[in-house]
Amino acid sequence: MSDFAEPGTVRKPQNHGEAHGGHYPHGAQGTFRSYMTGFVLSVILTAIPFWLVMGDVLDDTLLTGIVIMALAAVQIVVHMIYFLHMNTKSEGGWTFLALLFTLTLVVITLVGSIWVMYHMDQNMMPMSPHEALQKP
Amino acid sequence: MHETTPPPGATAPVFYEQEEHAHGDGGTLFGFWLYLMSDCLIFAALFATFGVLGRNYAAGPSGADLFDLRLVAVNTGFLLLSSITYGFAMLEMDKDRISPTLAWLAVTGLFGMAFIGIELYEFSHLIQEGATPQRSAFLSSFFALVGTHGLHVTFGIIWLATLMVQVRQRGLIAANQRRLMCLSMFWHFLDVVWIGVFTFVYLMGAMR
Repeated sequence: MSDFAEPGTVRKPQNHGEAHGGHYPHGAQGTFRSYMTGFVLSVILTAIPFWLVMGDVLDDTLLTGIVIMALAAVQIVVHMIYFLHMNTKSEGGWTFLALLFTLTLVVITLVGSIWVMYHMDQNMMPMSPHEALQKP
Repeated sequence: MHETTPPPGATAPVFYEQEEHAHGDGGTLFGFWLYLMSDCLIFAALFATFGVLGRNYAAGPSGADLFDLRLVAVNTGFLLLSSITYGFAMLEMDKDRISPTLAWLAVTGLFGMAFIGIELYEFSHLIQEGATPQRSAFLSSFFALVGTHGLHVTFGIIWLATLMVQVRQRGLIAANQRRLMCLSMFWHFLDVVWIGVFTFVYLMGAMR
């Protein structure tokens, strides 16, 4: 009489996720293959910038700087996908949205600080290293 | 039939959750992800500080004078290896095998400790050379950024040791699986931050 459950509906287990041996639907999400892919890619992406800088491969430091920054960006994406299992679907897309929001704030913080403070520097009185040494 | 009054609430409709909830784990993993994102903002502020002050040497030593890139390369290797061994631990956890999980966690912890050991050696070396945090704005921001990352790794190692004890005592129960997955995110996140550190601080600094 008190059971209004319609046929076919299953009550969700109350001890969901607490039972012994219970597994998370996501699990580690990765496979041996995906972890190894990420590892090999990140070893390559780490070795190249160290080689470029330690071996003085490119004469132009500005070019080297741009290349190693780009490689770092690629490596961060590799880590995000293969180690942190980032995708646009998990938690209904909320993890990805949080990441995008954070990246926006990070870019504003970094670019804004460097941009503003660079112009501040330009407008400050110049000081030689010798004068800097005399400063308290 | 109308003489027996049903107890209050008995005739109220009962609702059942038919749709799969977005957070199958109670939202812990998503909450931890949000914590990592806020941690990311702390590092963004420290990176921005270093970006602004990184060339203010106050006539003191620069990155090119101080950094030993071979040491940094070895350290980067340790952190990268610890990332993949943590991944192996998670794969063993998925198979419900306790001993291999603990073994891979122990290897991860050892790589983490090697990383911290080399970093502390580097710091003490710098301080002996007079390159203390008080020396210049460059060194202040350097120690703040790299030190904060090192502190994170240190706490990650403490957390890892705690979880190893927990897994040994209770086994791979759901609560421990959840904790290991949170630490997994934390550990891999620290590796992501280190990519920024070795590129932006060490490699760019050594070139100037």
